[in-house]
Amino acid sequence: MRLTQGTFSFLPDLTDAQITRQIDYCLSRGWAIGIEHTDDPHPRNTYWEMFCNPMFDLRDAAGIMTEINACRRTFPREYIRVTAFDSSHGVESVVLSFIVNRPENEPGFRLVRTEGEGRKISYAIESYAAQDKPEGKRY
Amino acid sequence: MNEAETLNPGALLEASGVKQLLAQLDAELIGLAPVKSRIRDIAALLLIDKLRAAQGLQSQPPTLHMCFTGNPGTGKTTVALRMAEVLRQLGYVRRGHLVAVTRDDLVGQFIGHTAPKTKEVIKKAMGGVLFIDEAYYLYRPENERDYGQEAIEILLQVMENQRDDLVVILAGYKDRMDTFFSSNPGMASRIAHHIDFPDYSESELMQIAGLMLEQLNYRFDADAATAFKRYIHLRRTQPNFANARSIRNALDRIRLRQAARLFERNEALSRDELLTLQAQDVLASRVFAQTGAQQPDVPK
Repeated sequence: MRLTQGTFSFLPDLTDAQITRQIDYCLSRGWAIGIEHTDDPHPRNTYWEMFCNPMFDLRDAAGIMTEINACRRTFPREYIRVTAFDSSHGVESVVLSFIVNRPENEPGFRLVRTEGEGRKISYAIESYAAQDKPEGKRY
Repeated sequence: MNEAETLNPGALLEASGVKQLLAQLDAELIGLAPVKSRIRDIAALLLIDKLRAAQGLQSQPPTLHMCFTGNPGTGKTTVALRMAEVLRQLGYVRRGHLVAVTRDDLVGQFIGHTAPKTKEVIKKAMGGVLFIDEAYYLYRPENERDYGQEAIEILLQVMENQRDDLVVILAGYKDRMDTFFSSNPGMASRIAHHIDFPDYSESELMQIAGLMLEQLNYRFDADAATAFKRYIHLRRTQPNFANARSIRNALDRIRLRQAARLFERNEALSRDELLTLQAQDVLASRVFAQTGAQQPDVPK
């Protein structure tokens, strides 16, 4: 099951040229770019690990593409996303985030039902990949 | 468009907007003949390359990393700024901004600090020009644990692999750059253009002064101009002479004296008086007082 998180996630994977143009757009708006990766893509896992320092004051996407490719080489079997942070007053948050790398095989999530007192059922979502394997061994 | 038109370099030069830029370069940069001719050559090469590409001929983008050598105040930084703009107009770099750095910006203070620091600077300069002033400080042979070498290695890698993303310009004094290159052959072989900035002649310095005053909305009266000519003549022989920079500093001090003179008169001033620098403002300089006698370190 294909992971759909962030912008463009229902489209086919972006090519490098498309990623470059998206980043150029972010830079033209003055947003700071960050690269993050994880192998635990649970929808509630908001904070992925940063790959390098957040990149402020850049003018061109070439430097960011270098870092993205370095991240892909280091973590080829993990999810990698690009985030764009708008620091202007009143916003001060991530305004765009999209996935630039995903593992080859995405088994998806299962619904976990736990029956409690009085036939009350609580539901949870669990990743098949992260189910019983430690960090770094998933996917 | 017919074939003759597309193959005409003149028309292409016109269309690229580089011609105005070169003309502006000629008007605003005084002297520096070897520098200007090299910039023109580079512009020609890039334009011809475009024509070749249009004809399906092999056109590999040339290496444009440069080294500017020359004494202080000969216009290295100014030309680097212009170079960034020229390269952008020619489509060689995408943004045409200049990131000017020195050793402090590239080299870290402890192990593992240098690489991220250098990489961050390089990322900022991508799509433009990275200008490294006094580049020879990067290499300190007297300290074998110096982190400068690490910065040089990262730079070399980027200069080789990402030639179309970044142009690196090194700048510094001639003799020290020569030593730097002889101890870093990798750096020397990756820099195609070595441009030497000559010192300005007295008449060129006078023209530069005229241009600076014009930009600041000042002017010399006739006496002041003669006095300033003498000032340049004397100042050039003194130590710590930094070409155009010394001229700028001298003009700043002359403006101070003019302001003090006008202030003391304490009466209504005409536009003309505010505009004009007089001979007495120039002649009050210590350069005149100390000629022949002891040479001052920093003339006032």
